[in-house]
Amino acid sequence: MLEISHISKTFHPGTADAKTALDDVSLSVKKGDFITIIGANGAGKSTLFNAVAGSFFTDSGSILLDGEDITLMPEYKRARFIGRLFQDPMRGSAPNMTIEENLALAAGSGAWLTTVSKKEKEIFRQKLALLDMGLEDRMRQPVGLLSGGQRQALTLMMATINPPKLLLLDEHTAALDPTAAEKVLELTKKTVEENGLTCLMVTHNMQSALELGNRTVMMNAGKIIFDTSGDERAKLGVGELLEKFKEAAGKALDNDRMLLS
Amino acid sequence: MSFEAILGLGQTAAELGLISALTVLALFVSYSMLNVCDLSADGCFTLGGAVGAVVAISGHPYLSIFAAMAAGMLSGFITAFMQTKLGIDSLLAGIIVNTALYSVNIAIMGSLSKGGSGASMLNMNKTETVFTKVKELFAGGPLGKYNILIVAFIAVTLAVVFISLFMKTRLGLAIRATGDNADMVRSSSINPKIMTVIGLCVSNSLTALSGCLLAQSQKSVSIDIGTGMVTVALASLLIGGAFIGKHKKIPLRAIGVVLGAIIFRLVYTVALRFHMPAYMLKLISSVIVVIAIAAPYIKKKYPEFARRISHKFSKKAEDGQNA
Repeated sequence: MLEISHISKTFHPGTADAKTALDDVSLSVKKGDFITIIGANGAGKSTLFNAVAGSFFTDSGSILLDGEDITLMPEYKRARFIGRLFQDPMRGSAPNMTIEENLALAAGSGAWLTTVSKKEKEIFRQKLALLDMGLEDRMRQPVGLLSGGQRQALTLMMATINPPKLLLLDEHTAALDPTAAEKVLELTKKTVEENGLTCLMVTHNMQSALELGNRTVMMNAGKIIFDTSGDERAKLGVGELLEKFKEAAGKALDNDRMLLS
Repeated sequence: MSFEAILGLGQTAAELGLISALTVLALFVSYSMLNVCDLSADGCFTLGGAVGAVVAISGHPYLSIFAAMAAGMLSGFITAFMQTKLGIDSLLAGIIVNTALYSVNIAIMGSLSKGGSGASMLNMNKTETVFTKVKELFAGGPLGKYNILIVAFIAVTLAVVFISLFMKTRLGLAIRATGDNADMVRSSSINPKIMTVIGLCVSNSLTALSGCLLAQSQKSVSIDIGTGMVTVALASLLIGGAFIGKHKKIPLRAIGVVLGAIIFRLVYTVALRFHMPAYMLKLISSVIVVIAIAAPYIKKKYPEFARRISHKFSKKAEDGQNA
């Protein structure tokens, strides 16, 4: 389904600041996989997502999605098959436009010079009601008035309103308060299950990394250093995962955030 | 001053206000919607006037309007192309196009004379234009002397209706979203660069239309007809915005923008009556723009400033007591 083969990316090549953010990364994702990705800050998790989503082109290697070579496809074109949520809930929606207008753009059906139909608005209303946040009664309000949790839930809905082939979740609940984070995570699980989406999710929470999905990948220094699924993963505890990390990385873990969560 | 004279002044102000409202609507599209400060408006305004004049003098009064708009569209396309494909900063792209248009406009105005030398002025005293056509239509009737007002009103109405409808379409939504959050546009698999190009083409065609109508209503066009237009239009835009508010619906905001332009001209006309020299227009426009943009910022920063002052003084008072 998603075939990442030998991609590398170096930022500022040839300068003193040169940093290899992705170092010969390969990852094969099957249809319907829900992979959680963990790793310390700067391990290359978000860079991997940027490479897949097309925020930049990789220096080498190739990326295939459903057999189609998307290695050099511009970001906006890939967006047709790839949905993406960021840590910052403000990034996914236009604040000065209404909920309805945001959804209309995300849905993207109909010709350029047509307006949003009544039927479409009704569909939006029904889908918004499923979020259980009262947004269905606020469709004409600008998105800027929503809370972070509401905005992220809306972004999730926008990203999946046309079910994408691949959904990238980049710590999308990290900036939310615990209640909102739980709610958005719940909605994410539901959306992924209902649409049978293939999904990659970056998280700093070791617990949810093991609980969610069917496969866990660990990154360090631009490489995938550990990849587990099936029975092995089922038996794995957070403590063991940390052990695995030390073992594979060959050095002590110095990221407090990761240890604590 | 007689009542009739006041009415006459009011009419002139309304005419100029309505014609310049088209440029203000253009900035409404580029500045308020697309969030691009398009500094090519000065040159584009003159371009509209020049092309409109040349085509009208050649004997095509109606075609002249569409020709001017097409020229404006092309100018907008070039500005947008520089921004989106050549990596030139949007402000700089506007300035470059503006500068280039100076030569282009002189060449266009000179295109009627033989020998290929440019001209920085064209006269349309005997030229047939939409204004003379409308005047003929109502000749002898009570509406005859309102020909400029009628044409300008129709043009502005069409522009407001067009913008109101256009901004509701998916294309319009995408243009607005490009100014609001380009990331979101990209993730909706729309190319924000193309939206910038389309937005600037629409905007600049309105600016050129504005220049074309002003030139034809004044029966002459000169190279400096558009000088300072960006600032004047921006002042009107901000005045209109102050009346209507930012979060209202687009049609209402567009009407507010037109009102802003008319109010600006009325105030200016009144100021002229009180012996303000005409050359002060641009200084006053600049001051209005500075106030309108700076006021919200200063309002936000004022508590900080007040806190700093009070902190300083309370500290001094304390020091005084301790001493």
